Amino acid sequence: MKKTNHHRRNWLKQIQGLGILAVGCCINPLTAFAKKEDADEAIKKIVGSASVREGKVTLTIPPLVENGNLVVLKVSVDSPMTANDYVKTIHVVAEGNPLPNIFTVYLTPRSGTANITTRVRLADSQRVWAIAQMSNGSFWQGSAETLVTLSACTEMV
Amino acid sequence: MNLALSLFLGGIFLTLGSSLAHGAPAKQQSSYELMSAENKAMQDDPLLNPAMFWVGDGESLWQQQLGPKNKSCSSCHGDGKKSMRGVATQFPKVIKGKLQTLEGQINQCRVGAQGTSPLAYESKDLLALTAFVAFQSKGMPISISETPANSPFLKKGRQTFNERMGQLNLSCAQCHEDRAGLKLGGSLIPQGHPNAYPIYRLEWQTLGSVQRRLRNCMSGVRAQQFEYGSPEMAQLELFLMWRARGLPLESPGVRP
Amino acid sequence: MSKTSRTSITMPATAKKDSIIEIRAIAQHDMESGFRYTEGGKQIPRDIIRTFTCTYNNVEVFKADFYSGIGANPLIIFTTTAVESGTLEFKWVGDGGYEAVNQARITVS
Repeated sequence: MKKTNHHRRNWLKQIQGLGILAVGCCINPLTAFAKKEDADEAIKKIVGSASVREGKVTLTIPPLVENGNLVVLKVSVDSPMTANDYVKTIHVVAEGNPLPNIFTVYLTPRSGTANITTRVRLADSQRVWAIAQMSNGSFWQGSAETLVTLSACTEMV
Repeated sequence: MNLALSLFLGGIFLTLGSSLAHGAPAKQQSSYELMSAENKAMQDDPLLNPAMFWVGDGESLWQQQLGPKNKSCSSCHGDGKKSMRGVATQFPKVIKGKLQTLEGQINQCRVGAQGTSPLAYESKDLLALTAFVAFQSKGMPISISETPANSPFLKKGRQTFNERMGQLNLSCAQCHEDRAGLKLGGSLIPQGHPNAYPIYRLEWQTLGSVQRRLRNCMSGVRAQQFEYGSPEMAQLELFLMWRARGLPLESPGVRP
Repeated sequence: MSKTSRTSITMPATAKKDSIIEIRAIAQHDMESGFRYTEGGKQIPRDIIRTFTCTYNNVEVFKADFYSGIGANPLIIFTTTAVESGTLEFKWVGDGGYEAVNQARITVS
């Protein structure tokens, strides 16, 4: 009796898992995964085999964007910015853009702060990453997620 | 009793009738109010507003001598910053029997006074000159009123505004009067006042005129778009500016 | 054929020695991403500003690499330390021979 129940429970669990996987595949078509993989690849190119720690980097984008063509983006890295301890580079990479790299800045101890503001293009609702490399070689990352809405009436030139 | 009732009903109809005739929204609201804080800041700060580049270009073009008589805008109009103050709040207006928009008048000056070719709509130079002229009226209230001269054009413009058009069979009024403040897709429907033109529209990633925006609306309802510089466009623009009368000009604006 | 466009720099004209100043730099540029198509279906080629550099009395103090994800009429706001009086030079270099320069003087006391 017990054995039968155990079998059925296992079988049910397996079917459930398959079902979730099937639904998951429908909700996230391969193309969406591909974009995130492109972002991961771009980040890998930046850091190589080094590990990336969470923290120190704050990425600010509006949580809801009216138009993805020009979105204000702020990156701020917590650092004393002294000759011995400063932020060397900051890379910003997007998960949902056709090209993951958005920009890279190169700072020096003379920069004073590691605060950058710019205006970027976001193709779709997505997560954006900022990876900072410190003068001691370590990598730190932060991210922000946003929803991008599109105009109701599109233009036909 | 009957007399009182009919007077009461008559009063209601009169009020309804007159408000329909007025065609002005109950409370005018610039679509600036519907924007995010970041976009508002982009419009308000001239050092962040991309449209200011075009204003700078326009200022240079103002001095450019053209045509067989080597005339520049400044040859007749002197310092644009002084002479063009308040001008944009009065367009479209009837000049020598023809209803002229601001772009139309700039081209009229080019052809008539300077003896050179007209500028194409949405060309960098026409946008720059329009932006420069409109900028001189920034903050000033739109001052279009109904006059004997513009009345027939205003009537036509009002008609277009209230007429259904396109495959989607919608009129401007149905969205921008009746449903202003409600949502279409993810966006809030504005009242549609042209009080910030020319605008740096994020959708276009560049500066554009009110006529470009109106053509956009028309393609949105799958209608035959009015041609740039056409009389129908000018009439609609006149009605829209009249409808927006009193609102301060925000030119050059930023819109999503 | 080199092409250029308007740029705008916003930064203080004076500063206390070793204070941190904020610099805003914008260039008028379409930043054609290379992902847009004409009505006929032809891909419009990428044409963007690629790098922006800031030198302070000829010493490079800031550099940025732009990709097509940077918005049109690119803006960048960054900081630097006001170490001495002098001239800050700003240079934008992009596709198709695009180059633009701008300068600002600062008096540091």
